[in-house]
Amino acid sequence: MLQEESDLSLIIAQIVQKLKDSNLYAQLERQAWDSLQRPEIKLESLKEDIKEFFKISGWEKKLQNAVYSELSVFPLPSHPAAPPEHLKEPLVYMRKAQGSWEKRILKSLNSMCTELSIPLARKRPVGEQKELLNKWNEMGDEPDLSLFRPVYAPKDFLEVLINLRNPNYESGDSLSFRTHLGLIQVPLKVKDIPELKEFFVELGLSTGQLGIDDSTQVPPELFENEHVRIGQKVLAEQDSAAAQQYIRQGSPTALRAELWALILNISSQPEDILYYEQLKTNVIQHDLLVDSLIYKDVKLTASNDDYYFVFEDYLYQVLLCFSRDTSVLSHFAYNSASPPKSYIRGKLGLEEYAVFYPPNGVIPFHGFSMYVAPLCFLYHEPSKLYQIFREMYVRFFFRLHSISSHPSGIVSLCLLFETLLQTYLPQLFYHLREIGAQPLRISFKWMVRAFSGYLATDQLLLLWDRILGYNSLEILAVLAAAVFAFRAVNLMEVTSLAAAEAVLADLSTLKVMPLLQIFLFATVT
Amino acid sequence: MSRVSVPCHVKGTVALQVGDVRTSQGRPGVLVIDVTFPSVAPFELQEIMFKNYYTAFLTIRVRQHTSTHTPAKWVTCLRDYCLMPDPHSEEGAQEYVSLFKHQMLCDMARVLELRLILRQPSPLWSSFTVEELQIYQQGPKSPSMTFPKWLSHPMPCEQPAPLLEGLPDPSRVSSEAQQMWALTEMIRASHTSTRIGRFDVDGCYDLNLLSYT
Repeated sequence: MLQEESDLSLIIAQIVQKLKDSNLYAQLERQAWDSLQRPEIKLESLKEDIKEFFKISGWEKKLQNAVYSELSVFPLPSHPAAPPEHLKEPLVYMRKAQGSWEKRILKSLNSMCTELSIPLARKRPVGEQKELLNKWNEMGDEPDLSLFRPVYAPKDFLEVLINLRNPNYESGDSLSFRTHLGLIQVPLKVKDIPELKEFFVELGLSTGQLGIDDSTQVPPELFENEHVRIGQKVLAEQDSAAAQQYIRQGSPTALRAELWALILNISSQPEDILYYEQLKTNVIQHDLLVDSLIYKDVKLTASNDDYYFVFEDYLYQVLLCFSRDTSVLSHFAYNSASPPKSYIRGKLGLEEYAVFYPPNGVIPFHGFSMYVAPLCFLYHEPSKLYQIFREMYVRFFFRLHSISSHPSGIVSLCLLFETLLQTYLPQLFYHLREIGAQPLRISFKWMVRAFSGYLATDQLLLLWDRILGYNSLEILAVLAAAVFAFRAVNLMEVTSLAAAEAVLADLSTLKVMPLLQIFLFATVT
Repeated sequence: MSRVSVPCHVKGTVALQVGDVRTSQGRPGVLVIDVTFPSVAPFELQEIMFKNYYTAFLTIRVRQHTSTHTPAKWVTCLRDYCLMPDPHSEEGAQEYVSLFKHQMLCDMARVLELRLILRQPSPLWSSFTVEELQIYQQGPKSPSMTFPKWLSHPMPCEQPAPLLEGLPDPSRVSSEAQQMWALTEMIRASHTSTRIGRFDVDGCYDLNLLSYT
């Protein structure tokens, strides 16, 4: 809590600092320099003329988009006395829980190394490098992976979240009015239905929605045609903020790839393609243990999926490059997680030989590749696909597997889901709880994967439209609750966890937008 | 504006409780913390900074030096300032907070003593307090950095008369040259720290195990 007037200047200073290190800054400078040749740039009004030139040539828009992107990714500057870890996560017990969870992952990785007697990382011999380069586009036939197992699965992570406690919270051992009836026992603030209605106001009954108002029964003149026309206009304007507002009503399939890129401020410059090539070189030079985990994960998930198996090679390429990308490390400034550390062989304890492992600091878990898979439908150019995924990860997906109090963090999503269900379907919640089928045990995996692999792809993309549009993952919890509401009648009849799971096993026929709309706006309580 | 930390003595918290603290079922909802300044003369308070720990509302009373004849008075300078928007949930519970002079209800000059009154109406929390309490007064004003006006804005009459026809106005040339110079300097000064993206140390990234520290 700072003085309001100094708040703004702090934010501006922070953004200026960030942008000064960016490519855009260098480009703007180059443009300004080149523009000096132009006849309309007068020396006596140099500053104003260059500003005008930026406005006309579209560079001002690019700067605006960059500022907007900074604003939506980075948290606002905190109190000057707050240490950096406070920015990662303000609640001390959450930070501790994340720390001990990370330690468990480290131990599990280390014991895998010891058991299989393989190193974490090694340089590939030249022959092997050539071989990998040759089969870059068909990497599916990785040797024996049977000894590898995913470091953890969503189920293991859920157990950790269930055991999360605030040491200052008086819950006691016995069931009291303070004990939450759900699995999550931490008292975070989550939105209630009136707040959700206000937050997701554009999903209301009176607003046109792609995913509802474009169905075959509705004549396209009513909504769809006009919506597509506006979409084209938004794209022509190249304005991130406008695109984000627009996409709250859903993106037309043909415009989605471009709209998402605009919102995420990904432009695919030549240097970005070069950067991707550099990552590829790094993959070829170094062999990492996490590569095997990635191979294994793709094999276990996407390769078995009816929608995604065709993208197997894309997934390897993107995920292997991702693991080598040190620019991902910067997101740990606002992520409660911290990257694992290691030392170059033979230099244990020497700080100048300390490195992060993997180079991007992210250890993949069972299902990780499903964050990439749906994007393969939108982007066919590997470097572009890669950039979009990386941006989606550092904006959203990391929150789904780190312990934090952020409203989009997985703990808040779980609590939001349980609270919604308890408030609006108390009988169902009670029934499931009584038969030992806590709803969160079923819905957790959906939320951790952002529903990827559970919904039909067109529905999934409509859902992710709204994640981008609202810059929030809370919609995932709302949808999870809406799915339970939709299946409530069947669920009331089941008598075991297995039966409840069977009722909710197949979500691929669900239409997400009607479910969300009914749950949020048309349920009388 | 610079600020200087004031050495202070933070007394132990005193709970307001009906009945015996040890035996009574309910926990206190009000705590009082006295802050004294034994080694400082009365001063003007600039800022109070602390890290909250589950306090929902904060009231501050201040004892100010008036004159040698009348005894110093206690005045409320902040009333029920909200630190946790919803006392039952975590929001704001462990935040860093700064309270400034201008947010106070009264003048903060000649401060002798402070009394923080902490309230937590929710029974959910086992304890509440404020941590890392720091009191600041205004530091000495930094010397003025502005140039005298005559240096930056020469009087028109002092400017030399225009030189020969056909030659550009020297003041214009100088101002333009200055702008050009500024631009070049700016470009020279900015080292764009482009991403190099190296993760190896001298080409080596051979690792055996992860480090636990």
